[in-house]
Formats: sequence, structure tokens, C-alpha cells
Amino acid sequence: MFGKVLIANRGEIACRVIRTAKRMGIGTVAVYSDADQDSLAVRMADEAVRLGPPPANESYLVADKVLAAVEQTGAEAVHPGYGFLSENAEFARSLITAGITFVGPPPDAIASMGDKIESKKLADAAGVSTVPGHLGVIEDADAAVEIANGIGYPVMIKASAGGGGKGMRIARGDSEVAGGFRSAQNEAKSSFGDDRIFIEKYIEESRHIEIQVLADGHGNVIHLGERECSIQRRHQKVIEEAPSPALDEALREAMGGQACALARAVDYQSAGTVEFIVDRDRNFYFLEMNTRLQVEHPVTEMVTGLDLVELMFRIAAGEPLPLTQKDVQTNGWAIEARVYAEDPTRNFLPAIGRLTRYRVPDTAAGDVRIDTGVGEGSDISIFYDPMIAKLVTHGPDRAAAIARMRAALDAYYIRGTRHNTAFLASVMAHPRFAEGRLSTDFIADEYPDGYSPVRPEGGLKDKFLAAAAFVHSRVAARARQIGRSGDPANPVDALHLTVWLGGDATDIEVRFSADTTTVRIDGREITITADWQIGEPLLAATILGEAATFQIDRLGTAYRLTHGGGEAEVRVLTRRASMLNALMPEKTAPDRSKFLLSPMPGLLVSVGVETGIEVRAGEELAVVEAMKMENILYAVADGTVKQICAAPGDSLAVDQAILEFE
Amino acid sequence: MQDILDELESRRARARLGGGEKRIEAQHAKGKLTARERIELLVDEGSFEEWDMFVEQEPNELTVDIEPIPGDGVVVGWGTINGRTVFVFSQDFTVFGGSLSEAHAAKICKVMDKAMSVGAPVIGLNDSGGARIQEGVGSLAGYADVFQRNVNASGVVPQISAIMGPCAGGAVYSPAMTDFIFMVRDTSYMFVTGPDVVKTVTHEEVTLEELGGAVTHNSKSGVADGAFENDVETLAQLRRFFDFLPMNNREKPPVWPTSDPFDRAEPSLDTLAPPDSTKPYDIKELIEKVADEGDFFELQPDYAGNIVIGFGRMEGRTVGFVANQPMVLAGCLDIDSAKKGARFVRFCDCFNIPIITFVDVPGFLPGTAQEYGGIIKHGAKLLFAYAEATVPKVTVITRKAYGGAYDVMSSKHIRGDLNYAWPTAEIAVMGPKGAVEIIYREDRDDPAKIEARTEEYRARFANPFVAAQKGFIDDVIFPRNTRRRLCRALKMLETKQLENPWKKHDNIPL
Repeated sequence: MFGKVLIANRGEIACRVIRTAKRMGIGTVAVYSDADQDSLAVRMADEAVRLGPPPANESYLVADKVLAAVEQTGAEAVHPGYGFLSENAEFARSLITAGITFVGPPPDAIASMGDKIESKKLADAAGVSTVPGHLGVIEDADAAVEIANGIGYPVMIKASAGGGGKGMRIARGDSEVAGGFRSAQNEAKSSFGDDRIFIEKYIEESRHIEIQVLADGHGNVIHLGERECSIQRRHQKVIEEAPSPALDEALREAMGGQACALARAVDYQSAGTVEFIVDRDRNFYFLEMNTRLQVEHPVTEMVTGLDLVELMFRIAAGEPLPLTQKDVQTNGWAIEARVYAEDPTRNFLPAIGRLTRYRVPDTAAGDVRIDTGVGEGSDISIFYDPMIAKLVTHGPDRAAAIARMRAALDAYYIRGTRHNTAFLASVMAHPRFAEGRLSTDFIADEYPDGYSPVRPEGGLKDKFLAAAAFVHSRVAARARQIGRSGDPANPVDALHLTVWLGGDATDIEVRFSADTTTVRIDGREITITADWQIGEPLLAATILGEAATFQIDRLGTAYRLTHGGGEAEVRVLTRRASMLNALMPEKTAPDRSKFLLSPMPGLLVSVGVETGIEVRAGEELAVVEAMKMENILYAVADGTVKQICAAPGDSLAVDQAILEFE
Repeated sequence: MQDILDELESRRARARLGGGEKRIEAQHAKGKLTARERIELLVDEGSFEEWDMFVEQEPNELTVDIEPIPGDGVVVGWGTINGRTVFVFSQDFTVFGGSLSEAHAAKICKVMDKAMSVGAPVIGLNDSGGARIQEGVGSLAGYADVFQRNVNASGVVPQISAIMGPCAGGAVYSPAMTDFIFMVRDTSYMFVTGPDVVKTVTHEEVTLEELGGAVTHNSKSGVADGAFENDVETLAQLRRFFDFLPMNNREKPPVWPTSDPFDRAEPSLDTLAPPDSTKPYDIKELIEKVADEGDFFELQPDYAGNIVIGFGRMEGRTVGFVANQPMVLAGCLDIDSAKKGARFVRFCDCFNIPIITFVDVPGFLPGTAQEYGGIIKHGAKLLFAYAEATVPKVTVITRKAYGGAYDVMSSKHIRGDLNYAWPTAEIAVMGPKGAVEIIYREDRDDPAKIEARTEEYRARFANPFVAAQKGFIDDVIFPRNTRRRLCRALKMLETKQLENPWKKHDNIPL
């Protein structure tokens, strides 16, 4: 085994690889950009080498700098993680030339699978079923339209070098093909330096299911079953699980067999993933092969008990696979939810910020795993993927894994940036998700108008009311001690209160006994007990005998409660105050519909219009770049441009005005 | 006997009705509560005792035909907020538009006098059309009587004004002389002359809201200390605010129990100040991580954002926080921020509230606007306020403390009791670049030399240790331990005794 390995990556995956290396007694070298000099990965590693300034193309993507770090530290092997240089065949080759082991597949396998057009041809040849489409590079937008018409709508426009949702567009008509072609091409060029584009049939209502394969240098190829990654937003996975509720043993074997066949066809060695889409009729089609460790590998680890990073190290060191296909056993169900700094209420646009408060759920019991590279005080910067962590839960069956996930999300307290935990909780609570009826359109189908925080109803609302009453009673009782009024131990025997949850008022009656608070709502009695102190962000309560964790934020005289995918601002008033509160006018936010606002923090790349010109709905107005993604802003209505409020090159804050209409 | 009791009941009922059902409805329709409803929400349930309910203004030849209304447009009395005494007057817009007569003023004076003699705060809820014109000079006399009491009470008992409707003309000067002004968004405004007069005199077209609304006074003029959504929210916030204040200038600030450990470490503070000193960070994160339970009542949040002021608690006891805010104007001191900070420091000093100062200040804001505006005298206010303050003063320099601004921000030299610095602190006359360009003027045209000199200077002076060697910094502390260090310091300073020399009063550069 290697004495020292360099991890050519950052963030959670660098930490995750370092953890296994340490357990195996391998020395570790981290590399970092200036933005990451205080990162967890740097602190965990035995050594750390600076690569350069924060932008990835000046640090993590520069092969020469990584090679220099390898030489400087005497590392014998390089683990590339995912992204960055992980699927760069040239990089792998130069390592091998320098006598360093690349912990990944042979460069030729990377090269052939890295090109979407080539890989599709190879898969075809290996007897793997593929999506109908045009297997050639497309010259320009006109050609794209013609080819799209030939295939039949809808089509998927893809960058040949693409990945991670970048350089991908769905088109349902000629104009969308032309626009999509251009933006995919631009994005592909800036992200991958390769603007080749191809088009294939877009299969609707499909599921994304992938097979994890492992191949050693001794001709052994096995698969570890599937992961379903159908829950995606912006073409990027957000929730994954293993196994898939859609597969039976026969289908699993068929897909696993093809995946292994493809791995053999390219002389694969190391861990790899063959992605398929599965249609309504359970036909499956090859999508691509990822020649690296996948982001979502932990769900496979949770159900198989294997450490994929360890196996990658062993394979890279020339050891044979320690298990055969029939040794692969799966146990229970695992779900991964990717916790992102993003705004689910604004089409999941990336967010940034310092994690001013960051508390993770308890992982001591072993059924919750958190892979993260950040902690309280870390910055989510504009330079990299805004993932905060991967939260993985395991249970004996799917329902148990979901239940565990819901509890874990409730206890995941993140402040300082917008994030998606409430959205993830809302998916976990969704009946269709519980039934396992998944597709890559799940989010579009179930949140057609976008996600907005769930207003608690029914039983969930009762819990919110009880939690609000509990918290407020504590706060109010403490305040009374300031004038030594009332009995601090037993503040009041009964309290008639009204809880305002948003604009909706509910009368409640609160009674306190030694350790239980009882809240009477409309004849129902809700008991709540909790060991909570004022100021703690988490209220770990037992409500009607069931554990329920609430996140509590004080907003002056109100509270924001977050639980179970629901989020609400609550105000607890006396009956009289509530009557008077009902007289207060409802205020509407100022009208900003005359402005084009930046939907996210980012860089204004271009403005496509000028002052005084008329625009039609759907016309391209401006391009904002954030997290290396080009976001085109379209006119939502016809209008005339009154003034342009920002110039290309400007850094935009969220909701900053770009244009004003007349 | 029963009829006598009934008579009392009916008189009370009449008085409580104020201007009558119709006017109450009109008040509600404007989104405003009545004077008595407001008091109900302000004080503890059932604690209000009303005085002078039956007071009426004596009629004169102009008002002889007007039916007097008992109470005369203001409700006064006392009650408790979480058990502590408070004197309240609440103007009743339903009665003669809340306009002020001699009798109305006399009622306000009565509660203020009593507040002074028992040592309890006064809260005024303002909702008045102004002077009752028919009363003539009597009304003006009434205002002046209130003004005099505002001045006498200043620094003796806390005075808080809530503007909950119009407050115009001479009427604005009573709130102006109280310690804090809170406004209700969209339903309150205050100005010396209204839009009509403005138009006649200066030909400016301006709306009530633009001229004197809550947004104007909370972001442009700095007259107000806070703005809240509506009457109910404003009164709830007043209660919350009241809990921070001591009863008078002879008492210590109030204490309540907290389970927040005094030694709570906050490791994330170690990375709060970015290593690149040109990068901003939010100083409020430090305040919220240091204060008990993260509870911080910020004052003037939308005005002069380069300084942050407000109340929090340490181990259950009120403290005042003053902090430079690197997010706004890099935390520079300017005219507005100096005035904002100075007034707050003086309030804290009046009422025995210890002051915690967080310093990250690159200096005073340069420019003609500042110099012509009198930054010299305005900046001196903050310096004066800190220097004269005898309450416990604990200072933490988080990053930059340059030049005269270093001296101003509660430095050791102006009787800072404990002055700490984070290891990221840079205490110097100016930043490395500026210093080198002056000291090594001869190398000005040689960028390589200048850069080398700058690095040299940075290494030598851009740290807390030069100041620490001289004892100007008592200790260099780990950012994560800031709360523990502050709590211990304040505990030790509880018995601090310090008096300024006898004087009639000082002559702060106004």
C-alpha cells in the first residue's frame, strides 16, 4: 500500500478520502486554493500545499500545479475525488509518466468514456442499450434545429464534454433548440473548454438509475447494485438512494450485467458508475459512464458496508478485489440528501455566505452519516460548488430511512446562507416520494410553481402551535422575573393565548404542570415536554409522545419555527392583543415588477438590450454568471426599457435591479 | 349610594369613550389603535391606573360652543411592564385630534413629575395634530412646560417616545429631547413644518411620508431609533426594549436569569475577521455570538450603518454595544456615525450601563463633504462621550485601529477599563501603505521598494503587540473566548468607582 497520497480536490470529498486514508495508515497531502487555506481538509491532512488563487482554473484545475505538489511532497499516489481533474485523461497520463499512481481508471478508459459521443458509440458496440439520437458533432444552431426535427421533440442538447448538468438543455421546439444550443455551447466552452454539442431524444418521465461497478487489474469486474438519483433540480441530483424502489432482481441483474460488460469493454479498473435512464415501461438506456467516485457513493457504502475509497486505493495498489459478485450483500435502505447553499424558493439558484451558525444532527448511532468539508464559520464562496454537506441516513427499509432523514433534517441548523434543508424535508414528507413514484421530473411535477415554504396544516400545525406556546411561555415567564413579579417556578396556571401563524390566528389555552405543558386547541389536548433553554436554536421536544425537533429563531417579538419541511413565523399574543392585532392593516410589499432583478448573487456578464427599446416576453435581457453557470434572464412581459441600472462586469447582489421598464 | 356608584361608572364610561364610537372606528380604519388600547398592550394586563380621566380644558370665547370631552385628549397614569413601574401618557387622536391644550399638557406634566420623584421611566405615545389653536398661547405654554420637564428628567429617568400618528410643529421637540424615539411604519410622521408650508416657502413638492415618515427618520435624518410594522408590534417591542433599561440614574441595570454559560466558546469567531484586511465582515455576528442568547436590540439599524449600537445582556445584565461595522464604509467614522455613537454612549453613561466597544476602524472618512459638514466637531462628540463616561468600559479591537479613530473608540488613553485585542488587530497611526508613502517619501517612485517597505511595516506594526508592549492593550485574546473574557471583565468591574471633577455640566461640542 502507498505510504503517502495526495488528494487533488477540496471540500467534503477531500475530507472523505483523507478519512479512509488515515484509517488505512496512509499519509495524506491536501492541496488548497487561497479560499480554502483554513478549510477542514487542510486541517485534517498531514501536509497541505497551496495551489494558487481561488478560481478553480488557477488552482484545482491546473494539472501542473498539482504535479508540482506531488513532487514537492513525495506522494506516491493521487486521489482525484470527483470533478476538477478526476476525469482528465491527460492529467492521469502525466502522473503515470512521472511514476505516480493515479487512483482511478486507466487514462484510455477515462478518455473514451469522457466524451459523450464516443462513449455512446462504445456502449452500442458493447451491447449496451442507448438513447436514440444523432451521434455527431453539430455545427451551428440551424443544423441543431434540423437534427432536432429529425429526432422529434422533445430533445436533449448536450455538451459532449459535459457533466454535472452543465451544458445541458431540454428543448421542445425550434426556438428553444436554437437558444439552448447557443447557451449550452457557451457554457460548455467556459466550463470544459470544449464546445462540441450533440442532440438526442429526451426521454420524459424517466428515472435516473446508475450502477456502481468495481474492476481490478486482474480482470475481475463486479457491480454493487444501483443508486436511484431521479430527484434532480437544474439537472443536478439532490436526493439519491440505494436500492431503487423501481428495480427488481431481474432488472438489477440485467443493468448490472450491461454495466460490467461496458467496464470490461474499456478495460476499466477502479470504481466507476454507469448511468442509465429508465423509462415508464422499465426500458433502460445507457446515459454515460462516470470514471470516478460519484458524489452519491455513500448510499452504496451504507447498504453494502464497503468503503469504496479503500477499494479504490487497493485496486490502484494492484491488489485484487477482495470480493466476488456473489459476496455483494445489501442491507436495508440508504438515502442521501445533498444540503446545498441555494434558494429553493428561487428555482434553486446558488447562494453564498458565511455559515454563521452550523449544527449537524447527531451521528453517534451510526444510522446518520454526514460528509462535509465545512463547519461553523466556513464560507460558501462563489468559486466552487455550493454544496454544504451530504446527509445520509440508513434504515432497515425505505420508510425507516426516510423517517430518519426527516428527523435529521429537522436537527440540521444552518444560518448565514440560504439553504435547502426545508425543501429536502418537504420532499421527504411528500406522499409521492414515500410511494417511490420517482422521475427526473419529480420536482417540476410536484412543485410546478416552484417551492415555497410549507405552511403547516392539520397535525403539523398543532405541533407548531404547541411548540410556539411552549417557547413563548418560557420567554414570557423569564421576562416577568425582571420585576420579580409572578412565581418564577410556576409562571401561571392557565393562559388564554392566541397564536398567529402567518396571517392565521388560533385560540389556545396553555396549562403547566411539573414537566409537561398542555396546549388545548379547539378541544384537542397537545402535550409537550422539552428540556429547552431560552436562546437554544433547537427545541428537542416530545409532542404527544412523539419526538419532534423544532428550529427556533427569535425575530424580535416573534419566532420563526422550522420543522418537518414546514416553516412559519409565529407570534403569540394574549386574547386581547390578538383582537387588536386583527385590526392591523395588511401591508403589501412595494411593487418591483417594473424591474428586472438579479435572481442570485453573481456577475453581470452582458445586457442584451438598450434604453428605450421595446422587448417582447421571452426575449433575452441579460446574462448573469454565478457558480460558473450562465443564467439567462428573459423578459416575462412585453415592455420598454426605461433605464439600465447595472453594467456588465458588475457584481450583483440578490434582488439588485439590472433594468427598469417603463 | 348605588346611584353614586353608578354615576361614577357612567362618568368613567363616558371618559373611556374618548371622541366617540365614530372617531374610534375612523382611528381603526387608519390602522391605528386608540390611546387606551395602546396602553393596554404596553403595560401588564390590569396594571394601568389612569389619572385625570375627568380633566377638561376650561372653555374660552373660541371654544365655548364646543362640548368638552373628559380627559381632554390624553390618557395618563402608571402601570407596570413585567412588574416594573412605568409612567405613561398616550395622546388620544379621537379627542380634538389629540391636540394639546393647557389641561392636556398639565396631565402630561403630572405623570412626569411623579416619575421624577419615584424614579421610574416615562413612555409617551404620541398621536396629536399639534397645538389646539383655539387655546392660543396657553397651548404653547403647555408645550414649554413639557419641554422643561423633558430636560429636567433627561439623565434622571429614561424617557421613551413612540410616534404613532402625526407629531408636527413644536410638538416634535418633546420627543426630540427624550432618550429614544420609535416610529410606526406608514402611520406616523414627524416634522417641524408640514408639506403645505414647505410648498409655500420652498416650492418643494413632498409627501407626508417622504418628509417625515418612519423611513425618512430611520434612514435619512437619524431622528428616530427604530421603526416597527404596526401599533401592536411597536408596543410589544417597547416592552422588550423597556426590559433593558434601569429605572433611573441611581439604579443598576436590571438583571434576569439566563442559562447561557458565561464561558461559551465560539470557535467560529476565530475566522470572523478575514486575513485580508480589505475584506469586510459583519460585526453583528460578533455581537450576536457574544451577547446572552444572541439577543441584541439594535438601535438606528438603518442609519449610519458604519457604526452599530444597541443593547444586549451579559450574564443577564444589560450592556450597551458600540461597534464599527466593516460592511459599511469600511467602518470609517463620519459625521453621522459619530453623532449616533456619541448619543448612545452618553445614554449608557447616564444610566450605569457598561459599554462594550468592538473596534475595526480605518480612520475618519475623508472628503470635503465631511470637513464642510464639521466632522471635527461631530467626531469630537464621540471622543468626548467616551472620555467623560465613567461606567465600565471594555474594548476589543478585532482588526484595524488606526490613527485618531483608535483613540476615540474607547481606547486605554480615555479611561478604557479593559482593552483587549484579537491577534488579527492592527493598531497603528495608519495603514501600512499610507505610512510607507510618508515615511519613505524618497522611494515613492520605486514600486518594488515601496512594496518591500510596506511588507516590512506590516510585519513590524500591523499587529496588536506594539500596543501590548506599551500596556495600551491589556491582553491579546483568542477570538473564540471573547464572551468569557468580557463576562469576567464586567463582573470584576461591577464595583468600579470613578467620578468626574465637579462641574455644573460639561460643554460637549454640540
